[in-house]
Amino acid sequence: MTAYERLQLARAMGRPTASDYIAALFTDSVELHGDRAYADDPSVTGGIGLLAGTPVTFIGIERGHDTMERIRYNFGCPKPEGYRKARRLMLEAEKFGRPVVTFVDTSGAACGIGAEERGQGQAIAENLTVMAGLRVPIVSIVIGEGGSGGALGLALADRVWMLENAAYSVISPEGCASILWKDAARAPEAAERLHFTAEDMLRFGVAERIIEERFDEFPAMCASLGQALSETLGTLSAMTADARILARAERFRKFSPA
Amino acid sequence: MKDIRELFRRSQNTLETGGVEMPEAVSCPYCGKSVPEEVWMRARRVCPSCGHHDRLPVRERIALLCDRFDERDAEIVSSDPLSFPGYAEKLRRAAEASGEAEGVLCGEAVIGGFRTALFVMDPAFMMGSMGTAVGEKIARLFDFASDNALPVIGVTASGGARMQEGILSLMQMAKVSCAVRRHSDAGLFYAAVLTDPTTGGVTASFAMQADVLLAEPRARIGFAGRRVIEQTTRTKLPDDFQSAEFQLAHGFLDRIVPRAELKKTLVRLLLLHNAPKMEEVL
Repeated sequence: MTAYERLQLARAMGRPTASDYIAALFTDSVELHGDRAYADDPSVTGGIGLLAGTPVTFIGIERGHDTMERIRYNFGCPKPEGYRKARRLMLEAEKFGRPVVTFVDTSGAACGIGAEERGQGQAIAENLTVMAGLRVPIVSIVIGEGGSGGALGLALADRVWMLENAAYSVISPEGCASILWKDAARAPEAAERLHFTAEDMLRFGVAERIIEERFDEFPAMCASLGQALSETLGTLSAMTADARILARAERFRKFSPA
Repeated sequence: MKDIRELFRRSQNTLETGGVEMPEAVSCPYCGKSVPEEVWMRARRVCPSCGHHDRLPVRERIALLCDRFDERDAEIVSSDPLSFPGYAEKLRRAAEASGEAEGVLCGEAVIGGFRTALFVMDPAFMMGSMGTAVGEKIARLFDFASDNALPVIGVTASGGARMQEGILSLMQMAKVSCAVRRHSDAGLFYAAVLTDPTTGGVTASFAMQADVLLAEPRARIGFAGRRVIEQTTRTKLPDDFQSAEFQLAHGFLDRIVPRAELKKTLVRLLLLHNAPKMEEVL
């Protein structure tokens, strides 16, 4: 399969979304709402649940399973209030010493007049500031599409994992092709050039682990994902907060010119 | 790499002083009025008629702000990590067009007697886009400032992350954010001056992470591109959408500062944040 074909799988309707992972991984969950400033963005879902008996804050970008849901969730494009809701939940996690697990699935942050008026750029920038110094562990899982700054706004993490066919890219191949060749139809070609597959992320050191997609046996798949998460959060929790924050910065520091 | 940089600088100088006749008048790109070249340059490319602030080349910005400037990390330049089609050629042309080796200039600066770390992004170099070199230089500048207890002044101008370095460009937003956070946690001051244009991944990271945010009049500041928003929403956006004035009205800037008052304003802010004076560190 080509990179572009795999991206179509990552975008496909019917693929498990953030809420499916949250339901399968955590018990006794309580969903929490609102950014405490303007609104509750349905495209960002968040709350607290137990992972193998330990409280965890979960935050996911919800894309929806069908057309009706996709409209409701703004096609998984969070608005500034979505990023601010995530920020608020991360700061609460820090207060109570809970690790944060994020599920990333977006073609990008919402693009529109309201999003600009309410400071989309500032909202993402603020999340990066918060995550850069958050004193609890953060694990981010790209479950579908990891679209640029809108994805990174929930992924400045200690570990980043990728679903097998998930993509993580600075720009969509369609956007890249229309800028480069003034022809969005050349997206498959741009897809090869952008190197956005899970294997690429592992090779660059952008991600640490690839999760095999076994959607036909989703509960079993999530059981082993939950175990891996538990182990990793255990490892991360064994570090001091200062050491973890330093290691997190080092993780991004390595992306320098050859 | 230094040789190549020198070459570009020389070729630019040749253009300036060589046989090419300089135009005696500049026509303002905003109001169209003809302004004598000498008046235009003395006003640092601000139109005396309509107040339009034209983009200021990085070296002129440094001359405007600094009593002294010692460049750092000039040797850091982009590689072509993805062997992206046309990128090597684009870098070469950007270096020719701007006379600089990368999209940002960083250094230790003295501004009104205060010791600072300064970065100035260059819209003439691939629209100030951020690849691994730009991110690395800015992250190192914040580290240098953290280690030496210096404030940072950052002049932003960028179309956002540099597409040609793929995901590695996106990672620069995270890398610089970590360096800004460390600097901030040390109780040190960071002021950003947002100039035309400041958009995309730079807006969504260190441009908006400053303690105090200044902008030049009518500078375009936003996250998504104007054309993309027009296409997505199928509306014609008003002229002042994403202008500095729009951002000030929506609460995302502290002040809009005309170029003629920029140095004075920064010096006052440095004073108010107890920035180290030059003699204190000698």
